[in-house]
Amino acid sequence: MGDFLAANALLVIAIVKVVVVVFVLLTAVAYITWFERKVVAHMQGRWGPERVGPHGLLQPLADGAKFLFKEDPTPAGIDRFVYFLAPFLALSLALSTIAVIPLGPGQIELFGHRTWFSVAELNISLLVVFAITALSVYGVALAGWASNSKYPLLGGLRSSAQMLSYELSLTMSVVGIVLLTNTFSLRDIVEAQRGGVGRWFVIPQILGFVCFFISALAETNRVPFDLPEAETELVAGFHTEYASFKFAMFFMAEYAAMVTVSFMVAVLFFGGYFSPFPGTPAWHWTIYLPAAGGVIGGVLLLLHGLRYHTPLGRIVLPVAGLALTGVGVLCALAGVVEYIQGPFWLAAKVATVLFVYVWVRGTLPRFRYDQLMNFGWKFLLPLSLANLVITSLIVALMRPAQ
Amino acid sequence: MSAETILFFVLAAAALGGAVNLIAQTHPIHSALSLIVVMVALAGIYLLLGAELLAAVQIIVYAGAIMVLFVFTIMLLNAGAEERTAISRAATWLGLPFAVILTVVLGWSISLSQAPTYAGPGVAMARASGQLSQLLFTSYMFPFELTSILILVAILGAVVLAKRDF
Repeated sequence: MGDFLAANALLVIAIVKVVVVVFVLLTAVAYITWFERKVVAHMQGRWGPERVGPHGLLQPLADGAKFLFKEDPTPAGIDRFVYFLAPFLALSLALSTIAVIPLGPGQIELFGHRTWFSVAELNISLLVVFAITALSVYGVALAGWASNSKYPLLGGLRSSAQMLSYELSLTMSVVGIVLLTNTFSLRDIVEAQRGGVGRWFVIPQILGFVCFFISALAETNRVPFDLPEAETELVAGFHTEYASFKFAMFFMAEYAAMVTVSFMVAVLFFGGYFSPFPGTPAWHWTIYLPAAGGVIGGVLLLLHGLRYHTPLGRIVLPVAGLALTGVGVLCALAGVVEYIQGPFWLAAKVATVLFVYVWVRGTLPRFRYDQLMNFGWKFLLPLSLANLVITSLIVALMRPAQ
Repeated sequence: MSAETILFFVLAAAALGGAVNLIAQTHPIHSALSLIVVMVALAGIYLLLGAELLAAVQIIVYAGAIMVLFVFTIMLLNAGAEERTAISRAATWLGLPFAVILTVVLGWSISLSQAPTYAGPGVAMARASGQLSQLLFTSYMFPFELTSILILVAILGAVVLAKRDF
């Protein structure tokens, strides 16, 4: 075993990283559905999931079991190969983008080898993200076509047109950042934002950020751009004819794409894994914020759980609170506190962006199809082009004379 | 055999299989999907050669944009499977000999060539994106601008054709 590890260390490290990241991502995807239902419910004055487990926390598990054991009818007259290919394509493409996103600063020690704090470290990672985004339209379009049914076909057509249109402004809005940093590497883009809120690219690139966020909403088929699955017009859009776990795969793909876009927003515009506080000694105490957050959250959860109204909740919630407190204390230890900074701040930023995503869904009505196209081509694309021109002008003027 | 060689043969087999399948399939969507397989396999081969930028652009432009338009059009027109017809006489008497000659010439020139040969100045260093753009805007400025004008004219032509009242 030791020999094998020594001979294939790079391979083993890569596999370990992939397994950990995919496990965390899939768990996160499951709990984002819970998070979304809870947040939207509270915005609408409802309770949301409440019956399965304390605060409905076991609802994702129940949903997963339901999807696994449901009957899976295959409609007549479908194109079998493409029909089965589409959900796999959608989910695998949605999951693979996370591989190139830098999750923490510098290198870490694993099995005696130094390795980057990301699954794959490329110098064109930004382009790779766009390449995978460009391919992800096939999952939806092919699902709509292969189902041999009118509503899915309309949903698939709408989504192809929508994703093509908004991909342009999505890509254009990021060119400003590439001009400012002279690199396609996401890690170098994050490193250029070292030093607190003032260095974040959201300030010089506010136009680019607005374009990117709106286009990203459209690319992931989220409200107010969820025309491909507009249930009042198209039953369920492109996945009408999919049941059981194949439907769940589309569902997971949508939420995984949401997570990826949140990571991209955090990395490109909000300083990625850097803390929002400047790195000066006066702000040094902020490295204990993750620990403080864990301890305070854990104690609150413990106190709340002891008074919960079901017996199961009175057991589960205090235990979870104790565990969270323990993790918080662990985060304050000298060896751990440095390592936890990058992942903690990145996760905090991603969670904030996800909340805004859900907030938008709870607030805005859906666009009409012609409004969607007009908005994309006549407003968003010119705006991102203007951002590109302004940024290149400023970069050209600020450049030291040669 | 090194991992690169194995990967090259896997990708080459995928590209060739996709290309053959593209012709053999009767349904336009299946043919389009085979073409996407060819594009992605070619991008993989570019990656093996160290041309990361070219690989990314290949996927973004060809597999991502152009093929999506193909698939979109096929879906929009709801094209059905094509019918098999008897092979035409011109194809038999001109096409087949030309295919054989082309294969022989290609195989001959590949067997003669020395690895690796470069077509122009600085192509070998045009791997990193910065150097590539340097070349595009200095040595190859004129062909580059000519291509953009060509594309612009094509776009204008498409708009004129689409706007015309029939």
